[in-house]
Amino acid sequence: MAKITYIQHSGAEDTIDVAPGLSVMEGAVKNNVPGIDADCGGAAACATCHVYVDESWLERTGARTTMEEAMLEFAEAVEPNSRLACQIKVSDVLNGLVVRLPENQH
Amino acid sequence: MADGTNPAADARARAFSMPLEDINLTDVALWSSHTILPYFERLRAEDPVHYHPAGQHRDGAYWSVTRFNDIVVVDTNHEAFSSEPSITLDDPSDVVLPMFIAMDPPKHDAQRKVVSPIVSPHNLHEMEPLIRSRIQKTLDELPIGEAFDWVDKVSVELTGQMLATLFDFPFEDRRKLTYWSDVSVAEPPDGVLVEEHMAFFNQVMGECVEYFTRLWNERVNAPPRGDLISMMAHGESTKNMSPEEFLGNLILLIVGGNDTTRNTMSGSILALDRNPDERAKLYANPGLIPSMVSETIRWQTPLSYMRRTATRDFELEGKTIRAGEKVAMWYLSGNRDETVIERPNDYWIDRPNVRHHLSFGFGIHRCVGNRLAELQLKILWEEILARFPEINVVEEPTRVPNSFIHGYSEMKVVIPRRF
Ligand code: HEM
Ligand code: FES
Repeated sequence: MAKITYIQHSGAEDTIDVAPGLSVMEGAVKNNVPGIDADCGGAAACATCHVYVDESWLERTGARTTMEEAMLEFAEAVEPNSRLACQIKVSDVLNGLVVRLPENQH
Repeated sequence: MADGTNPAADARARAFSMPLEDINLTDVALWSSHTILPYFERLRAEDPVHYHPAGQHRDGAYWSVTRFNDIVVVDTNHEAFSSEPSITLDDPSDVVLPMFIAMDPPKHDAQRKVVSPIVSPHNLHEMEPLIRSRIQKTLDELPIGEAFDWVDKVSVELTGQMLATLFDFPFEDRRKLTYWSDVSVAEPPDGVLVEEHMAFFNQVMGECVEYFTRLWNERVNAPPRGDLISMMAHGESTKNMSPEEFLGNLILLIVGGNDTTRNTMSGSILALDRNPDERAKLYANPGLIPSMVSETIRWQTPLSYMRRTATRDFELEGKTIRAGEKVAMWYLSGNRDETVIERPNDYWIDRPNVRHHLSFGFGIHRCVGNRLAELQLKILWEEILARFPEINVVEEPTRVPNSFIHGYSEMKVVIPRRF
C-alpha cells in the first residue's frame, strides 16, 4: 500500500492507502475523494483528473505521456507540475505522495 | 411476430433479420420513427466495425464503429483518424467556413485554446446569475393546464437566449442564431433537389456571415468587453485569425451549443415522463440533479456520431480500415453498449459512474462546451423543481429526421399546476 494525500482546492485533505497497480485517479475515485471526475475512466482522454504534483515528487511520478500532454494543452490553470492522475501508476515508491486538486476540472 | 401490434418488437425483428449488408444507418426513416437502436444492438454483437458500401449515404461508403471501447480507440487516435475535412458523413459544401472542430493539430490546438477559457467553469460562474434569471422568466411565463410545445417554448428559447448571452448578440434577434444553426445541419427535405437545397443553404449561411461581420466590426472598433465576440476581436492570440476563421468558430459555437443543449432539455422532459420512479427520486432528492443531467446526456446522446477520416491503414476488430476511408463513431450505440454500461437502455438517474459516457466525445476534440451545457441543464431543473410538481408529455414527440442530430422537433406537454 502507498499512502497518497489529496488536497482539495479548499484545503481539505484526504490521505488514502492505495494499492500498487492502481492509478492515482483510481485511488481517489474508489475512495470517494471529491474533485476528480475521471469521465473517461482512465484513458487520458478527458482531462477531468487534473492534479498538481507536489514539487518534491515530480521526479518519482515520471514524465507526461504524449496523449496526456495533448489533453493538458486544453485544461484550465495548467502548471509545470500538472498531471493527469489516471496516468500516474501507484507503486511503493510513491508512498507519501501529495497531490493538489485544481479549483475546477474542465 | 410482425403483426403490427408491437411496433418496437417488429422493428427489432426487422433489424435482426435483414442481411447485414442492407443495414443503412443513415436512412432518416429509422431516425424519425425512432427504430434505430436495434440496428446498433445487432452491429455491436455481430459486426462491430461494419462497412457500408456506396449507395447508402449520398456521399459514399463509410465504416461504422459501434462498441464503446472501439470508439474510444478511434476518438483518442487523432493521428490515424483525422477530423478533416468534415466531422459529418456529408462532404463539405463550398461555403463551409474553417472551424477547429474539423481541423487537426496544430491549427486545432491554437484555436481551441482561444475559445476554451470563455466557457471555463470560472467564467461560467460569472454568467450563472444572468442565465438563471432568464430561465426563471421563461418558466414563469409558461401556460398552466394547457398543451404547448416544450421544444419551441423552452428548449429552443433557452438555448437561443444562452447563445445571445454568450455573444452579447442583439437579444431581439436571438432566434436568428437558432435558425442559422438549424439550416447549417439540415438534410435536404424529401422532394427537394440537393442542388436546390445547397443554394438555399449557401444563401442563409451568407446572411449569417454578413450579420457576424457587422458585429465583429462594431466590437473591434470599440473598447474590449466581456462577451465572446469582443474577446475574440481583441484577444492577443485571435488577432491573427483570418475573418473566415473567426466567423467559422463563431458558427461552430452556435451549432455546437444549440441543437445539443436543446435536445438534452427536451430529452430530460421525455425521460422523466417515461420513468415516473426516477422522477419521484429526483423530486425527493434535488441533490441528484447533476447526476440526472449526466444520465440524460448519455441517454439522449444529442450527437449520434462524429466522423473521422483514416490517414493510414488501421486494424480494428479484425477489419482493415484503409487510408482515406470515412469512419462514423456511433456515440449513440457506444452509450448503449451493455458490456461497458450496466442496464444501458434504462434511464437511471443515480447510476454508478454516470459521467462515463461518450456523448461529449473523448480526446483532443472533446466538447469544450460541456460545462456550459451541464450548467444550463442544472439551472433549468433547479428552477423546474421549485415551480412545477409535474410536466407531462401528452403526445408522441416528433423526432428530427437526421442521423447526426438526435433530437425532437416537437414535444407537446401539459403542466397541470404550480406548487
Ligand atoms: C449536451 C450538450 C452537448 C453535447 C452532447 C456536445 C457534444 C460534442 C461532441 C461529441 C464534440 C466532439 C467533436 C469531435 O470529437 O469531433 C463536441 C465538440 C465541441 N462542442 Fe459540444 N456538445 C454539447 C454542448 C456544447 C456547447 C454548449 C458548446 C458551446 C458553447 C459546444 C461547443 C463545442 C465545440 C466548440 C466543440 C469543438 C471542440 C474541438 O474540436 O476541440 N458544445 N461537442
Ligand atoms: S480519467 Fe480521463 S483523463 Fe484521466
